Amino acid sequence: MVETIVFYTLSALILGLGVAVITTPNTVHSVLFLVMNFLCVAVIYVVLEAEFLAVIQVLVYAGGIVVLYLFVVMLVNLKRDPEAHQDPRRLSLVGLALAGAVLLELAGIVVYSYSREPSAPVAAAAASPVQGNVEQIGWLLYTDYLIPFEVASVLLLVAMVGAIVLAKREL
Amino acid sequence: MPDAYIPVMLFVLVAIGFAIFTLIISGLVQSSRYNKVKLEPYECGIEPDTDARGRYSVRYYLIAMLFVIFDVETVFMFPWAVIMDELALFGLIEMLVFLFILVLGYVYAWRKGALDWV
Repeated sequence: MVETIVFYTLSALILGLGVAVITTPNTVHSVLFLVMNFLCVAVIYVVLEAEFLAVIQVLVYAGGIVVLYLFVVMLVNLKRDPEAHQDPRRLSLVGLALAGAVLLELAGIVVYSYSREPSAPVAAAAASPVQGNVEQIGWLLYTDYLIPFEVASVLLLVAMVGAIVLAKREL
Repeated sequence: MPDAYIPVMLFVLVAIGFAIFTLIISGLVQSSRYNKVKLEPYECGIEPDTDARGRYSVRYYLIAMLFVIFDVETVFMFPWAVIMDELALFGLIEMLVFLFILVLGYVYAWRKGALDWV
């Protein structure tokens, strides 16, 4: 009962803060709303008893990534007015298609996670020889999900090279 | 939700309550006579001569991006470190492969001078 109340309160907060992020005219305020949003998501992780994810959410998202966002906000010239286009809705179709694709993807995830064995990863974690939140994440990550883990390092490498190429303008 | 978080919740409530309480009290007792100096970010210090929303150098972005990447790398090492004994040699090799790929990026960043602050 308490969990349900907490969950819906947090969900309302997260949605409201998300709307605030995209509607605030001041970009820096929008980033600050995003921090609050990330912190609320961290609390949802705590409610789900995923403490490791909650700590990472605060450390990496609310800490590191928001700083990155702020630097990017500071990089662009905010004083210049947005360019006026003949047709302000010229990208509305593309936007609609992308939003529809994301909606489909989310719906697919919900349907898929309801249809399959409800607790397959949970069972796998329970069968692991280790106890505890971080330990079980580690066990699954470094045995069953070995390939995604190594691919993540390639992804990080690409991100690093991409950032350097963007900033230095040379390969 | 585990009961262990009730103290944390109380802590958060006290923190928020204290901030709101302080604002209300200071709003009640303060006198409001404005002058220009009071509205500056620093009353005593270097006087600001431009807007705070000036454009920053792209170097900050590069450093922040590299920080986030190595931050995530470190995050991946936490779950590995706590179960190093159970994963044994297999886990060590796994982590060495992971680190090798990232060290490639590190060497690239170093050689490109992305870590220099000229």
